[in-house]
Amino acid sequence: MKRWLAAYAVAFFAFLHLPLLTLAIFSFNSSRFTVWEHFSFDWYRAIFRDPQLIAATWNSVIVALISTVISTVIGTLCAYGLWKRRSRLLTGTLYLSLVTPEIVTGVSLLALFQWMFRWLHWHLGLYTVVLAHVAFSIAYVVIVIAARLRTLSPSLEEAAMDLGANEWQAFLYVMLPALVPGIIAAALLSLTVSFDDYVITSMVAGVDSETLPMVIYAMARRGASPVINAISALVTIFFGCLILISEQVREA
Amino acid sequence: MKLRFWFLLPARLWMTVLLVAPLGIVLAYSLLTRGVYGGVERPWTIEAYQRLIDPIYLTILLRSFAMALAATGLCLVFAFPAALFISRATKRKNLYLQLVMLPFWTSFLVRTYAWLFLLRDTGLINTVLQKVGIIHDPLQLLYNDGAVLLGLVYGYLPFMVLPIYATLERLDPALIEAAADLGARPLATLFRVIVPLSQPGIVAGSVLVFIPCLGAYLTPDLLGGGRTVLVGNLVQNQFTNARDWPFGSAVSVLLMLLVTLLVWGLLRRESEPLA
Repeated sequence: MKRWLAAYAVAFFAFLHLPLLTLAIFSFNSSRFTVWEHFSFDWYRAIFRDPQLIAATWNSVIVALISTVISTVIGTLCAYGLWKRRSRLLTGTLYLSLVTPEIVTGVSLLALFQWMFRWLHWHLGLYTVVLAHVAFSIAYVVIVIAARLRTLSPSLEEAAMDLGANEWQAFLYVMLPALVPGIIAAALLSLTVSFDDYVITSMVAGVDSETLPMVIYAMARRGASPVINAISALVTIFFGCLILISEQVREA
Repeated sequence: MKLRFWFLLPARLWMTVLLVAPLGIVLAYSLLTRGVYGGVERPWTIEAYQRLIDPIYLTILLRSFAMALAATGLCLVFAFPAALFISRATKRKNLYLQLVMLPFWTSFLVRTYAWLFLLRDTGLINTVLQKVGIIHDPLQLLYNDGAVLLGLVYGYLPFMVLPIYATLERLDPALIEAAADLGARPLATLFRVIVPLSQPGIVAGSVLVFIPCLGAYLTPDLLGGGRTVLVGNLVQNQFTNARDWPFGSAVSVLLMLLVTLLVWGLLRRESEPLA
């Protein structure tokens, strides 16, 4: 049975990773079709000549950075508070945010913003995207930080307080430094879910605030194109670098 | 204890204003009347819910359910042997685990697009089949139920592998040895000892796959090309093109009810990863 399992595992991992690998390989193909002609960087050059793509990438970076900072701070504090004493209500709310289908989160936020705009004469824009991204990232951050907190002994905080630290000092000087690897991992996770989100973003983004996934999606709906292959390869490399960083952090 | 109050406050506020309140608004909208220019108006009515019984919408609901169920079943069948392999690996276990985790870190959109690229008329699969001479004209692989199912399975497979692996890892090897000592063949051990004992992982994995598949929007839209309408697409369409917010809200409420009941019913006994 062992040999069968090993053979199956090869097929399984091939199924999981070959599609992306093929995608990346054909981004270097000079032909528009899936027949190999010769090696070229044409499609990568095309990315940098497209002002819409550049603008959208810039928007995505801004949104991902801002929402990551906010959700990491809020999520870390929240996980620490819950670690001190549970709260059924808040935990339940965080679970709710995890199980709510993305499209429902999207339309409900759209409904909220439209309802608010009856009084405030604002419009959908990048800031609504940031508000939405923070809302769905907090739960992810809390999960990662909570896992890290479980590995720490509660006596760490008690010892700090026995030695004269107040609650705040025990957090800032003892617990927070011990949480740094978890915080970095949580921030990277938050960055990826924000940078990747299409469904919720497309509902709450303003007309002038398209993000990269929105542009990729619009292009993909018109059919496959080698330019999307090239962007996909770059995005995958970007995410790959993030994993490498988080691995380094975890080992440190 | 004062510290805890201030630490939890931002999360409480943010989640209340940007998760609970919006869901409340959707619940309220589902009980209102469609406005002339989109949006909603009074009077309060349950008309939106009455429309849900229409056979067209019941069919969409049933199709979504069937699609999610099929995707979950296929994920289970594909994931279980992989999880078993990883849990039994003596070397390079971490590498295998990371290979499973990798998709979590890759863009879901890009991974779905990869299938669009492979399955299209001039895609790799059709090109290869034509070159080899098995087919003459390209097969219509894209924009049908099969493509959507494939996309869902591919997208959520890792969610099934990891929980099953976690339970297999905790499995006492003595139980498997005992089964063998008592004369069970490897396959009998697998189906009568290992599979029943990994039930918590199977349940957790199934929930993790079924829930997002039930509300899937991106995969059916891209790989189904608008032909495979699932409940997620129905919600999106009511809020955008059809401009029928009360009906879109009613569908959302129904979807939320199904999802929360499922999670609550199946995962209630599991440990809490959040606290």
